[in-house]
Amino acid sequence: MAHTVSVSSPPQRAAGRPCRLALAPYAFLAPFMLLFAGFVLLPLLATAGLSLCRWNPAEGWHALTFVGLENYRFVLDDPWFLKTLATSAWLTVVGGVPQHLIALPLAWLVWRHLGRGQRLVSGIYFLPFVTSSVAVALAFSTLFASDTGLANQVLATLRGWPLLGAWLPAEAVHWLSEPETARWVVALLVFWRFLGWNLVLYLAALQVLPSDNFEAAALDGAGSWQQFRHIALPQLRPTMAFGMTLTLIGGLQLFDEPLILAQDGRAGAAQTAAIYVYRNAFEFGDLGAAAAMAWLLLALIAVGSALLLWLLRSREEA
Amino acid sequence: MKRWLARGVIALGALTMLLPFWLMLVYASHGKGALFEAAPPLWFGDQLGANLRLLFEQLPFWRNLALSLYVATMSTILALVLCSSAGFVFAVYRFPGRRVLFALVLAGMLLPPYMAMIPSYLLIDALGWIDTPRALWLPTAACALGVFLMRQYIASTVPTSTLDAARIDGCSEWQLFRRVVLPQCGPALATLALIVFVSSWNNFILPLTVLRTPEMYTVPLALRSLQNPTNTEWGLVMAGAALASLPLMLLFAFTSRQMMAGMMAGVPRD
Repeated sequence: MAHTVSVSSPPQRAAGRPCRLALAPYAFLAPFMLLFAGFVLLPLLATAGLSLCRWNPAEGWHALTFVGLENYRFVLDDPWFLKTLATSAWLTVVGGVPQHLIALPLAWLVWRHLGRGQRLVSGIYFLPFVTSSVAVALAFSTLFASDTGLANQVLATLRGWPLLGAWLPAEAVHWLSEPETARWVVALLVFWRFLGWNLVLYLAALQVLPSDNFEAAALDGAGSWQQFRHIALPQLRPTMAFGMTLTLIGGLQLFDEPLILAQDGRAGAAQTAAIYVYRNAFEFGDLGAAAAMAWLLLALIAVGSALLLWLLRSREEA
Repeated sequence: MKRWLARGVIALGALTMLLPFWLMLVYASHGKGALFEAAPPLWFGDQLGANLRLLFEQLPFWRNLALSLYVATMSTILALVLCSSAGFVFAVYRFPGRRVLFALVLAGMLLPPYMAMIPSYLLIDALGWIDTPRALWLPTAACALGVFLMRQYIASTVPTSTLDAARIDGCSEWQLFRRVVLPQCGPALATLALIVFVSSWNNFILPLTVLRTPEMYTVPLALRSLQNPTNTEWGLVMAGAALASLPLMLLFAFTSRQMMAGMMAGVPRD
């Protein structure tokens, strides 16, 4: 098959060996592309196909029936699915926005005030991102356990303080089994886990900014905050667009952290859309609906990130 | 004067980031009794051995660790081979289909893992790979980010003139890749290895769907199986979490430089 490929004069073609040079890229690429097609591209198409069918795999292949867009209609009418979408969006905003609000000035401080320590510090902040999501989620579930958790022990201690004590809940909080508190704990875990990634992102962007602007501003008497606000921030905007888009993409597909942390509250407020896709497919055996949800969520992620990129870009050009 | 304030803020933040890890290690060394005290333990206790014994009684945890290591190593080796050669192609050659294929790779980078969950499971089931390690390491090695990383690195570090000179000297395309390009890719390969190893070690969704028996569990699944609403053996759970995290922390301690430098290869600069 490869012999039929025609090549429109590659620029680096060496005289005398045009054929080998023309085939080389395909030969080098084939192993990766095979695996990539098998486990990434085909599954994507298969999910699209499945979303148009009704099928419970327990009933065998012959039970597969084409139903057109019915799954999409069904899913969009499913109040649970819409609720899980809202939860994913909530976690993305509450767990994601503070990452950037903190990482930007923090990166500035690290860049300005630490010399050789920059790598060590960014390594420490980066550590939660490297660690197993299940392990850190379990650590958080220990800290927020109703009976022995650190959070409740701290609350109990603070309750004894004058004035402050009156504001605190009078009893131990069931952090992870109450839907309202569980989602805050998940958001906190998400914030903690990805803050360092953004810090490293912004630090690297700061390190390649030309330094003469800052020197000139300092000569003009601009303080550290003014330099950050008026010189660094505008130049960091492309990086911010990139970082925030990744936060959005990651946030809308949150799965591991809420699944582990809010195990009791799975039907509650911490059930994300990705978890609901999983449950529909593997617990309820409704592959068609799960596939339709997966595609809707992907569309939402695509539209959301395109919108975000456009928003941040238009401000830059304005 | 402002400098110590800034450094104080940075250090305080860093300590806060480390606090959950610290408590993970501390809790791993305490028995049930100490954790029910009114004041939380902040220093190590003497029950680490007991917790570990309990952990290895409840789970084939050595086996789980070994399986995780095996899967991560296999996917890393495979990804190094596949991603470096694919990245080399996209960096060096112009050929029909290049744009389309590279666009597919870029799309694959951002593709959420849950999208492939259902059909991957069906495929792996059809292949008879349920409950086998290769159901994990083969898909993990198809790392689109790795291809992108290698492409960026090769395009920015290996000048076209070097390639042309090597070709004129009679290098075959394979030798060009093996002897000219790869030796210059050390940092990018280290980064790639780390990314794939870590993502394989931490992978949760894929094993959740394709592994069935505790004997075949990788570490994240094994840890999760410790968790149930009635289990309050937090010392035991934390001992497991610590065992799962420490290898990665060690790895990171030695390679954080390459990883952070190379990670920015994926960040657009305009």
